[in-house]
Amino acid sequence: MLRLLRAVISRDLRLAMRRQADIVAAMFFFIIVVSLFPLGVGPEPAQLRRLAPGVLWVAALLASMLSLPRLFADDHRDGTLEQLALAPQPLGLIVLAKVIAHWLVAGLPLVLLAPVLGIQFDLGADALVVLMLSLLLGTPALSGIGAIGAALTLGVRGGGVLLSLLVLPLYIPVLIFGAGAVDATVSGLGPQAHLSLLGALALGGVFFAPWPTAAALRVALE
Amino acid sequence: MLEASNLECVRGERRLFAGVSFRLEGGEMLYLQGQNGSGKTSLLRMLCGLTPAVSGEIRWRGEAIGKLGEEFRSELCYLGHQNAIKEELTPLENLLSAARMAQESLDEDAALDALDRVGLSGRADLACRYLSQGQKRRAALARLVHEKRALWILDEPYVALDPAAGKFVASLVGAHLQRGGLALLTTHQAVAIPAGTVRELSLGADAAAHRRS
Repeated sequence: MLRLLRAVISRDLRLAMRRQADIVAAMFFFIIVVSLFPLGVGPEPAQLRRLAPGVLWVAALLASMLSLPRLFADDHRDGTLEQLALAPQPLGLIVLAKVIAHWLVAGLPLVLLAPVLGIQFDLGADALVVLMLSLLLGTPALSGIGAIGAALTLGVRGGGVLLSLLVLPLYIPVLIFGAGAVDATVSGLGPQAHLSLLGALALGGVFFAPWPTAAALRVALE
Repeated sequence: MLEASNLECVRGERRLFAGVSFRLEGGEMLYLQGQNGSGKTSLLRMLCGLTPAVSGEIRWRGEAIGKLGEEFRSELCYLGHQNAIKEELTPLENLLSAARMAQESLDEDAALDALDRVGLSGRADLACRYLSQGQKRRAALARLVHEKRALWILDEPYVALDPAAGKFVASLVGAHLQRGGLALLTTHQAVAIPAGTVRELSLGADAAAHRRS
Protein backbone atom coordinates (compact mmCIF):
# COMPACT_ATOMS: atom_id res chain seq x y z
CA MET A 1 0.00 0.00 0.00
CA LEU A 2 2.79 2.40 0.92
CA ARG A 3 4.63 1.33 -2.21
CA LEU A 4 1.66 2.37 -4.32
CA LEU A 5 1.41 5.73 -2.55
CA ARG A 6 5.12 6.29 -3.11
CA ALA A 7 4.92 5.25 -6.77
CA VAL A 8 2.07 7.64 -7.56
CA ILE A 9 3.52 10.54 -5.57
CA SER A 10 6.97 10.20 -7.12
CA ARG A 11 5.48 10.01 -10.61
CA ASP A 12 3.34 13.12 -10.06
CA LEU A 13 6.25 15.05 -8.57
CA ARG A 14 8.48 14.08 -11.46
CA LEU A 15 5.82 15.27 -13.91
CA ALA A 16 5.48 18.54 -12.00
CA MET A 17 9.26 19.04 -12.15
CA ARG A 18 9.16 18.62 -15.93
CA ARG A 19 6.44 21.30 -16.07
CA GLN A 20 7.83 23.84 -13.65
CA ALA A 21 6.11 26.71 -15.45
CA ASP A 22 2.80 25.68 -13.83
CA ILE A 23 4.17 25.81 -10.30
CA VAL A 24 6.00 29.08 -10.89
CA ALA A 25 2.88 30.67 -12.41
CA ALA A 26 0.76 29.80 -9.37
CA MET A 27 3.43 31.16 -7.01
CA PHE A 28 3.72 34.42 -8.93
CA PHE A 29 -0.07 34.72 -8.93
CA PHE A 30 0.01 34.44 -5.14
CA ILE A 31 2.82 36.97 -4.79
CA ILE A 32 1.25 39.51 -7.14
CA VAL A 33 -2.30 39.34 -5.77
CA VAL A 34 -1.03 39.77 -2.21
CA SER A 35 1.33 42.61 -3.19
CA LEU A 36 -1.42 44.54 -5.01
CA PHE A 37 -3.37 45.15 -1.80
CA PRO A 38 -0.87 47.40 0.02
CA LEU A 39 -0.54 49.38 -3.21
CA GLY A 40 -4.28 49.73 -3.64
CA VAL A 41 -5.33 50.30 -0.02
CA GLY A 42 -2.52 52.64 1.00
CA PRO A 43 0.40 52.27 3.42
CA GLU A 44 -1.48 52.78 6.71
CA PRO A 45 0.10 50.02 8.95
CA ALA A 46 -2.86 49.53 11.28
CA GLN A 47 -5.24 49.07 8.37
CA LEU A 48 -2.87 46.66 6.58
CA ARG A 49 -2.47 44.56 9.72
CA ARG A 50 -6.26 44.21 9.87
CA LEU A 51 -6.49 43.25 6.20
CA ALA A 52 -3.52 40.87 6.15
CA PRO A 53 -5.06 37.56 7.32
CA GLY A 54 -8.00 37.73 4.92
CA VAL A 55 -5.97 38.89 1.92
CA LEU A 56 -3.23 36.28 2.36
CA TRP A 57 -5.72 33.50 2.89
CA VAL A 58 -7.97 34.41 -0.05
CA ALA A 59 -4.93 34.69 -2.34
CA ALA A 60 -3.59 31.32 -1.11
CA LEU A 61 -6.99 29.75 -1.72
CA LEU A 62 -7.15 31.02 -5.30
CA ALA A 63 -3.52 30.11 -6.02
CA SER A 64 -3.97 26.53 -4.83
CA MET A 65 -7.08 26.30 -7.01
CA LEU A 66 -5.22 27.30 -10.19
CA SER A 67 -3.69 23.87 -10.71
CA LEU A 68 -6.81 21.90 -9.73
CA PRO A 69 -8.35 21.51 -13.21
CA ARG A 70 -5.24 19.59 -14.30
CA LEU A 71 -5.23 17.29 -11.29
CA PHE A 72 -7.03 14.53 -13.20
CA ALA A 73 -7.53 16.04 -16.66
CA ASP A 74 -4.07 15.11 -18.01
CA ASP A 75 -4.35 11.53 -16.78
CA HIS A 76 -7.86 11.35 -18.22
CA ARG A 77 -6.80 12.57 -21.64
CA ASP A 78 -3.85 10.24 -22.17
CA GLY A 79 -5.55 7.14 -20.77
CA THR A 80 -3.47 6.87 -17.59
CA LEU A 81 -6.57 7.32 -15.46
CA GLU A 82 -8.08 4.13 -16.92
CA GLN A 83 -4.93 2.27 -15.97
CA LEU A 84 -5.07 3.70 -12.45
CA ALA A 85 -8.73 2.73 -12.14
CA LEU A 86 -7.82 -0.83 -13.18
CA ALA A 87 -4.89 -1.12 -10.74
CA PRO A 88 -5.40 -3.91 -8.20
CA GLN A 89 -5.70 -1.38 -5.37
CA PRO A 90 -8.59 0.84 -4.22
CA LEU A 91 -8.82 3.92 -6.44
CA GLY A 92 -9.27 6.01 -3.28
CA LEU A 93 -5.69 5.27 -2.26
CA ILE A 94 -4.40 6.45 -5.62
CA VAL A 95 -6.46 9.62 -5.25
CA LEU A 96 -5.00 10.11 -1.77
CA ALA A 97 -1.51 9.91 -3.29
CA LYS A 98 -2.44 12.43 -5.96
CA VAL A 99 -3.88 14.78 -3.30
CA ILE A 100 -0.63 14.56 -1.33
CA ALA A 101 1.39 15.25 -4.50
CA HIS A 102 -0.87 18.21 -5.32
CA TRP A 103 -0.33 19.63 -1.86
CA LEU A 104 3.46 19.25 -2.12
CA VAL A 105 3.44 21.10 -5.43
CA ALA A 106 0.68 23.69 -4.95
CA GLY A 107 0.24 24.01 -1.18
CA LEU A 108 3.65 23.74 0.46
CA PRO A 109 5.26 26.56 -1.57
CA LEU A 110 2.45 28.89 -0.41
CA VAL A 111 3.19 28.02 3.20
CA LEU A 112 6.85 28.90 2.67
CA LEU A 113 6.14 32.12 0.77
CA ALA A 114 3.45 33.48 3.09
CA PRO A 115 5.67 34.82 5.91
CA VAL A 116 7.79 36.80 3.43
CA LEU A 117 4.65 38.37 1.99
CA GLY A 118 3.22 38.92 5.48
CA ILE A 119 6.04 41.37 6.19
CA GLN A 120 4.50 43.71 3.61
CA PHE A 121 1.48 43.94 5.90
CA ASP A 122 3.52 44.76 9.00
CA LEU A 123 2.59 41.51 10.73
CA GLY A 124 4.51 40.70 13.91
CA ALA A 125 6.68 37.61 14.33
CA ASP A 126 4.07 35.67 16.29
CA ALA A 127 1.39 36.46 13.71
CA LEU A 128 3.70 35.28 10.92
CA VAL A 129 4.32 32.00 12.71
CA VAL A 130 0.58 31.46 13.17
CA LEU A 131 -0.01 32.41 9.53
CA MET A 132 2.42 29.69 8.44
CA LEU A 133 0.90 27.18 10.83
CA SER A 134 -2.63 27.95 9.68
CA LEU A 135 -1.61 27.54 6.02
CA LEU A 136 0.28 24.36 6.85
CA LEU A 137 -2.91 22.91 8.36
CA GLY A 138 -5.35 24.47 5.91
CA THR A 139 -3.81 23.88 2.50
CA PRO A 140 -4.02 20.04 2.69
CA ALA A 141 -7.76 20.47 3.28
CA LEU A 142 -7.92 22.69 0.18
CA SER A 143 -6.22 19.99 -1.92
CA GLY A 144 -8.53 17.29 -0.58
CA ILE A 145 -11.77 19.24 -1.09
CA GLY A 146 -10.54 20.49 -4.46
CA ALA A 147 -9.98 16.93 -5.66
CA ILE A 148 -13.71 16.21 -5.29
CA GLY A 149 -14.52 19.21 -7.49
CA ALA A 150 -11.84 18.30 -10.02
CA ALA A 151 -13.23 14.77 -10.34
CA LEU A 152 -16.84 15.96 -10.63
CA THR A 153 -16.01 18.41 -13.43
CA LEU A 154 -13.72 15.99 -15.30
CA GLY A 155 -14.48 15.97 -18.99
CA VAL A 156 -17.01 18.81 -18.72
CA ARG A 157 -16.55 21.58 -21.24
CA GLY A 158 -15.71 24.86 -19.49
CA GLY A 159 -15.06 22.80 -16.40
CA GLY A 160 -12.64 25.35 -14.95
CA VAL A 161 -15.35 27.90 -14.11
CA LEU A 162 -17.71 25.24 -12.88
CA LEU A 163 -14.93 23.88 -10.70
CA SER A 164 -14.43 27.21 -8.95
CA LEU A 165 -18.19 27.64 -8.44
CA LEU A 166 -18.30 24.17 -6.94
CA VAL A 167 -15.20 24.30 -4.79
CA LEU A 168 -14.99 27.89 -3.51
CA PRO A 169 -18.11 27.65 -1.29
CA LEU A 170 -16.69 24.48 0.23
CA TYR A 171 -13.47 26.33 1.03
CA ILE A 172 -15.34 28.84 3.25
CA PRO A 173 -14.83 27.01 6.58
CA VAL A 174 -11.10 26.66 5.89
CA LEU A 175 -10.91 30.36 5.04
CA ILE A 176 -12.81 31.42 8.18
CA PHE A 177 -10.71 29.40 10.59
CA GLY A 178 -7.44 30.06 8.75
CA ALA A 179 -7.82 33.83 8.60
CA GLY A 180 -9.45 33.73 12.05
CA ALA A 181 -6.35 32.13 13.59
CA VAL A 182 -4.11 34.95 12.38
CA ASP A 183 -6.71 37.56 13.36
CA ALA A 184 -6.94 36.13 16.85
CA THR A 185 -3.16 36.35 17.25
CA VAL A 186 -3.04 39.95 16.01
CA SER A 187 -5.81 40.99 18.41
CA GLY A 188 -4.17 39.23 21.35
CA LEU A 189 -6.41 36.18 21.70
CA GLY A 190 -4.85 32.75 21.33
CA PRO A 191 -5.06 30.94 17.96
CA GLN A 192 -5.35 27.44 19.49
CA ALA A 193 -9.09 26.97 18.94
CA HIS A 194 -8.90 28.01 15.29
CA LEU A 195 -5.86 25.84 14.63
CA SER A 196 -7.49 22.79 16.21
CA LEU A 197 -10.53 23.21 13.99
CA LEU A 198 -8.28 23.67 10.95
CA GLY A 199 -6.46 20.47 11.86
CA ALA A 200 -9.78 18.65 12.03
CA LEU A 201 -10.76 20.04 8.61
CA ALA A 202 -7.40 18.96 7.17
CA LEU A 203 -7.78 15.41 8.49
CA GLY A 204 -11.31 15.25 7.15
CA GLY A 205 -10.34 16.73 3.81
CA VAL A 206 -7.35 14.50 3.20
CA PHE A 207 -8.68 11.17 4.46
CA PHE A 208 -12.38 11.34 3.57
CA ALA A 209 -12.32 13.30 0.32
CA PRO A 210 -10.46 10.60 -1.71
CA TRP A 211 -13.41 8.19 -1.51
CA PRO A 212 -16.12 10.42 -3.03
CA THR A 213 -13.45 11.58 -5.50
CA ALA A 214 -12.79 7.98 -6.54
CA ALA A 215 -16.53 7.40 -7.00
CA ALA A 216 -16.79 10.52 -9.18
CA LEU A 217 -13.81 9.39 -11.26
CA ARG A 218 -15.39 6.00 -11.89
CA VAL A 219 -18.51 7.76 -13.15
CA ALA A 220 -16.40 10.00 -15.39
CA LEU A 221 -14.69 6.93 -16.88
CA GLU A 222 -17.89 5.12 -17.83
CA MET B 1 -12.36 -18.84 -17.29
CA LEU B 2 -13.94 -15.70 -18.75
CA GLU B 3 -17.61 -16.00 -19.42
CA ALA B 4 -19.99 -13.36 -20.69
CA SER B 5 -23.71 -13.93 -20.96
CA ASN B 6 -26.34 -11.80 -22.64
CA LEU B 7 -24.45 -8.52 -22.47
CA GLU B 8 -26.27 -5.40 -23.56
CA CYS B 9 -24.76 -1.99 -24.17
CA VAL B 10 -26.61 1.31 -24.55
CA ARG B 11 -24.75 4.48 -25.43
CA GLY B 12 -26.86 7.63 -25.19
CA GLU B 13 -30.18 6.71 -26.81
CA ARG B 14 -28.77 3.98 -29.04
CA ARG B 15 -28.54 0.33 -28.24
CA LEU B 16 -25.17 -0.83 -29.60
CA PHE B 17 -25.54 -4.53 -29.03
CA ALA B 18 -27.59 -6.99 -27.03
CA GLY B 19 -27.41 -10.66 -26.28
CA VAL B 20 -23.65 -10.97 -26.64
CA SER B 21 -22.43 -14.19 -25.02
CA PHE B 22 -19.15 -16.07 -25.19
CA ARG B 23 -16.83 -18.25 -23.19
CA LEU B 24 -13.07 -18.11 -23.25
CA GLU B 25 -10.71 -20.65 -21.68
CA GLY B 26 -6.97 -20.58 -21.03
CA GLY B 27 -4.92 -20.52 -24.25
CA GLU B 28 -7.77 -19.04 -26.27
CA MET B 29 -8.11 -15.70 -27.93
CA LEU B 30 -11.22 -13.82 -28.91
CA TYR B 31 -10.93 -11.67 -31.96
CA LEU B 32 -13.64 -8.98 -31.91
CA GLN B 33 -14.80 -7.68 -35.24
CA GLY B 34 -17.29 -5.08 -36.29
CA GLN B 35 -17.67 -1.80 -38.11
CA ASN B 36 -16.70 1.53 -36.60
CA GLY B 37 -19.23 2.38 -33.93
CA SER B 38 -20.46 -1.18 -33.48
CA GLY B 39 -19.43 -1.18 -29.82
CA LYS B 40 -16.13 -3.06 -29.80
CA THR B 41 -14.41 -0.64 -27.43
CA SER B 42 -17.55 -0.45 -25.28
CA LEU B 43 -17.57 -4.23 -24.98
CA LEU B 44 -13.90 -4.34 -24.00
CA ARG B 45 -14.39 -1.60 -21.39
CA MET B 46 -17.36 -3.52 -20.05
CA LEU B 47 -15.24 -6.66 -19.72
CA CYS B 48 -12.62 -4.67 -17.78
CA GLY B 49 -15.29 -3.41 -15.41
CA LEU B 50 -14.87 0.24 -16.44
CA THR B 51 -18.40 0.52 -17.84
CA PRO B 52 -21.26 -1.33 -16.16
CA ALA B 53 -23.35 -3.56 -18.43
CA VAL B 54 -27.00 -2.56 -18.86
CA SER B 55 -27.92 -6.19 -18.53
CA GLY B 56 -26.09 -9.49 -18.59
CA GLU B 57 -23.25 -10.84 -16.54
CA ILE B 58 -19.49 -11.24 -16.78
CA ARG B 59 -17.82 -14.00 -14.81
CA TRP B 60 -14.15 -14.68 -14.18
CA ARG B 61 -13.28 -18.14 -12.86
CA GLY B 62 -16.99 -18.58 -12.14
CA GLU B 63 -17.56 -15.41 -10.14
CA ALA B 64 -19.01 -12.05 -11.17
CA ILE B 65 -16.21 -9.54 -11.83
CA GLY B 66 -17.97 -6.83 -9.83
CA LYS B 67 -17.78 -9.06 -6.78
CA LEU B 68 -14.15 -10.05 -7.37
CA GLY B 69 -13.05 -6.42 -7.78
CA GLU B 70 -9.36 -6.14 -7.01
CA GLU B 71 -8.83 -9.89 -7.33
CA PHE B 72 -10.00 -9.68 -10.95
CA ARG B 73 -8.09 -6.50 -11.69
CA SER B 74 -4.84 -8.07 -10.48
CA GLU B 75 -5.15 -10.61 -13.30
CA LEU B 76 -6.14 -8.12 -15.97
CA CYS B 77 -3.93 -6.18 -18.34
CA TYR B 78 -5.80 -3.60 -20.40
CA LEU B 79 -4.34 -1.60 -23.22
CA GLY B 80 -6.79 1.01 -24.40
CA HIS B 81 -7.17 3.25 -27.39
CA GLN B 82 -5.01 5.82 -25.71
CA ASN B 83 -1.45 4.88 -24.96
CA ALA B 84 -1.38 5.88 -21.28
CA ILE B 85 2.05 7.36 -22.01
CA LYS B 86 3.14 10.60 -20.35
CA GLU B 87 4.64 12.94 -22.93
CA GLU B 88 7.00 14.52 -20.41
CA LEU B 89 8.51 11.22 -19.30
CA THR B 90 10.88 8.97 -21.21
CA PRO B 91 9.72 5.53 -22.41
CA LEU B 92 11.81 3.95 -19.64
CA GLU B 93 10.23 6.12 -16.92
CA ASN B 94 6.78 5.47 -18.36
CA LEU B 95 7.29 1.72 -18.34
CA LEU B 96 8.74 1.64 -14.82
CA SER B 97 6.08 3.90 -13.31
CA ALA B 98 3.27 1.96 -15.01
CA ALA B 99 4.65 -1.27 -13.56
CA ARG B 100 5.01 0.24 -10.09
CA MET B 101 1.48 1.60 -10.12
CA ALA B 102 0.15 -1.77 -11.23
CA GLN B 103 2.09 -3.33 -8.32
CA GLU B 104 4.29 -5.42 -10.57
CA SER B 105 7.97 -6.00 -10.03
CA LEU B 106 9.92 -4.83 -13.03
CA ASP B 107 13.56 -3.87 -12.66
CA GLU B 108 15.38 -1.45 -14.87
CA ASP B 109 17.25 -4.13 -16.85
CA ALA B 110 14.00 -5.92 -17.70
CA ALA B 111 12.42 -2.63 -18.72
CA LEU B 112 15.37 -1.74 -20.96
CA ASP B 113 15.22 -5.21 -22.48
CA ALA B 114 11.48 -4.75 -23.18
CA LEU B 115 12.12 -1.40 -24.89
CA ASP B 116 14.93 -3.00 -26.86
CA ARG B 117 12.63 -5.72 -28.12
CA VAL B 118 9.89 -3.31 -29.25
CA GLY B 119 12.55 -1.46 -31.22
CA LEU B 120 13.08 1.57 -29.02
CA SER B 121 16.71 0.96 -28.14
CA GLY B 122 18.51 4.27 -28.08
CA ARG B 123 15.22 6.10 -27.48
CA ALA B 124 14.78 4.96 -23.88
CA ASP B 125 16.04 8.29 -22.53
CA LEU B 126 14.19 10.60 -24.89
CA ALA B 127 11.02 12.32 -23.68
CA CYS B 128 7.99 10.68 -25.33
CA ARG B 129 6.82 13.96 -26.84
CA TYR B 130 9.68 13.67 -29.36
CA LEU B 131 8.59 10.20 -30.50
CA SER B 132 6.43 9.48 -33.52
CA GLN B 133 2.91 8.10 -33.16
CA GLY B 134 4.08 4.57 -33.95
CA GLN B 135 6.97 4.81 -31.52
CA LYS B 136 4.59 5.97 -28.78
CA ARG B 137 2.43 2.94 -29.48
CA ARG B 138 5.52 0.74 -29.26
CA ALA B 139 6.41 2.34 -25.92
CA ALA B 140 2.90 1.49 -24.68
CA LEU B 141 3.11 -2.07 -26.00
CA ALA B 142 6.47 -2.61 -24.26
CA ARG B 143 4.37 -3.30 -21.16
CA LEU B 144 3.30 -6.59 -22.72
CA VAL B 145 6.83 -7.99 -23.08
CA HIS B 146 7.17 -9.02 -19.43
CA GLU B 147 3.45 -9.11 -18.69
CA LYS B 148 2.46 -12.26 -16.78
CA ARG B 149 -1.15 -11.46 -15.92
CA ALA B 150 -3.65 -13.98 -17.24
CA LEU B 151 -6.13 -11.85 -19.16
CA TRP B 152 -5.03 -9.43 -21.83
CA ILE B 153 -7.58 -7.01 -23.25
CA LEU B 154 -6.11 -5.08 -26.16
CA ASP B 155 -8.02 -2.39 -28.01
CA GLU B 156 -6.64 -1.91 -31.53
CA PRO B 157 -3.07 -2.88 -30.63
CA TYR B 158 -1.81 -2.58 -34.22
CA VAL B 159 -2.88 1.02 -34.82
CA ALA B 160 0.04 3.17 -36.05
CA LEU B 161 2.43 0.20 -36.06
CA ASP B 162 4.46 -0.90 -39.08
CA PRO B 163 4.05 -4.53 -40.27
CA ALA B 164 7.19 -5.76 -38.50
CA ALA B 165 6.06 -4.31 -35.17
CA GLY B 166 2.58 -5.76 -35.76
CA LYS B 167 4.10 -9.22 -36.21
CA PHE B 168 6.10 -8.78 -33.04
CA VAL B 169 2.94 -7.93 -31.07
CA ALA B 170 1.22 -10.98 -32.59
CA SER B 171 4.14 -13.13 -31.44
CA LEU B 172 3.80 -11.71 -27.91
CA VAL B 173 0.09 -12.58 -27.89
CA GLY B 174 0.92 -16.06 -29.27
CA ALA B 175 3.47 -16.68 -26.51
CA HIS B 176 0.93 -15.47 -23.94
CA LEU B 177 -1.67 -17.94 -25.25
CA GLN B 178 0.90 -20.75 -25.15
CA ARG B 179 1.52 -20.00 -21.47
CA GLY B 180 -2.20 -20.61 -20.96
CA GLY B 181 -3.26 -16.97 -20.92
CA LEU B 182 -6.40 -15.43 -22.40
CA ALA B 183 -6.55 -12.54 -24.83
CA LEU B 184 -9.26 -10.38 -26.35
CA LEU B 185 -8.45 -7.98 -29.10
CA THR B 186 -10.07 -5.76 -31.66
CA THR B 187 -8.39 -4.81 -34.88
CA HIS B 188 -9.13 -3.87 -38.44
CA GLN B 189 -5.76 -5.15 -39.64
CA ALA B 190 -5.74 -8.94 -39.55
CA VAL B 191 -2.39 -10.22 -38.28
CA ALA B 192 -2.06 -13.98 -37.88
CA ILE B 193 -1.49 -15.05 -34.28
CA PRO B 194 1.11 -17.85 -34.35
CA ALA B 195 -0.29 -20.06 -31.58
CA GLY B 196 -3.39 -20.85 -29.57
CA THR B 197 -7.05 -21.12 -30.50
CA VAL B 198 -8.59 -18.07 -32.12
CA ARG B 199 -12.32 -17.48 -31.84
CA GLU B 200 -14.14 -14.75 -33.62
CA LEU B 201 -17.03 -12.59 -32.55
CA SER B 202 -18.75 -10.11 -34.82
CA LEU B 203 -20.66 -7.22 -33.37
CA GLY B 204 -23.34 -5.44 -35.31
CA ALA B 205 -24.37 -7.80 -38.13
CA ASP B 206 -24.97 -10.93 -36.08
CA ALA B 207 -23.68 -11.59 -32.65
CA ALA B 208 -23.12 -15.33 -32.98
CA ALA B 209 -19.68 -16.52 -32.00
CA HIS B 210 -18.15 -19.07 -34.29
CA ARG B 211 -14.94 -20.97 -34.05
CA ARG B 212 -11.95 -20.95 -36.33
CA SER B 213 -8.76 -22.76 -35.38
